[in-house]
Amino acid sequence: MTVAVLAFYLFAAVTTAAAAMVITARNPVHSVLFLILAFLSAAGLFVLAGAEFLAMILAIVYVGAVAVLFMFVVMMLDIDFVRVREGVHRYLPIGGAIGLVLAVELGFAVAATRFGSGAAPLVSPLAAGLAEGGTAGPTNTERLGQVLYTDYFYLFQAAGIVLLAAMVGAIALSLRERAGVRRQKPGAQAARLARETVEVRKVPPGTGL
Amino acid sequence: MEITLAHYLVVGAILFALGIFGVFLNRKNVIVILMSIELMLLAANINLVAFSTHLDDLAGQVFAMFVLTVAAAEVSVGLAILVVYNRVRGSIEVEDINLMKG
Repeated sequence: MTVAVLAFYLFAAVTTAAAAMVITARNPVHSVLFLILAFLSAAGLFVLAGAEFLAMILAIVYVGAVAVLFMFVVMMLDIDFVRVREGVHRYLPIGGAIGLVLAVELGFAVAATRFGSGAAPLVSPLAAGLAEGGTAGPTNTERLGQVLYTDYFYLFQAAGIVLLAAMVGAIALSLRERAGVRRQKPGAQAARLARETVEVRKVPPGTGL
Repeated sequence: MEITLAHYLVVGAILFALGIFGVFLNRKNVIVILMSIELMLLAANINLVAFSTHLDDLAGQVFAMFVLTVAAAEVSVGLAILVVYNRVRGSIEVEDINLMKG
């Protein structure tokens, strides 16, 4: 057993255990923390499979942004955890049956299929290059950048538009106009004219306005 | 003892089944349902990356990146809807979400 094999089994075990804890934890905050653990160990699996850039993206974008977003929402919403957990036992049999059937089906599909070169070991290109001695060749990030900005350029732009739409949608949904709060109106302020607001009056001495 | 493509596919299958199981198990809690969807997308990404290395084709990794993008967008909009819904109704139980009766 090499270190890579041991690492694979470690990351796979942690990923599946954390995923199981995500769906069974009583407290949604614990679920989010286990989700972070699952993402991090999946990032380890990605490194073993040779997708170093995606592993870093997973760690930065998912753990750094998406999981923290989950955490904020879970902590901001005042949820009655006891009521939310009601009825779990009612859904346990059907959910377990469907999940088990799906897992067994997928297992059969994997076991029955011969993927091209059969049981060829899956080693990352970087590790393979290093094992053959010396040069590792272009890194995963470099190769990914070379195809992402050429072959997949329009898809890349479309992904940016999807993110922009999501950003606008999220802001538009959660922006709230509270009643009774005096907000600044920059447009109205800028549209004011001096002749409408400033008035020059002749005040006779000794009388006042 | 070597790690083959099938090992990664089995991990992805287990994760996907756990995600489905989570959707059924937490019928009342939308947040955990969203997390289960994230688990399913992660399983899909593991399969994409494993096949990408197996076939020595980077298209799988590029597609996995787009999956990550769409998942991030989905989560942000979903959580925003959840926050607004909680503000309006004071609860996020799925069974209460029947305002727009079809």
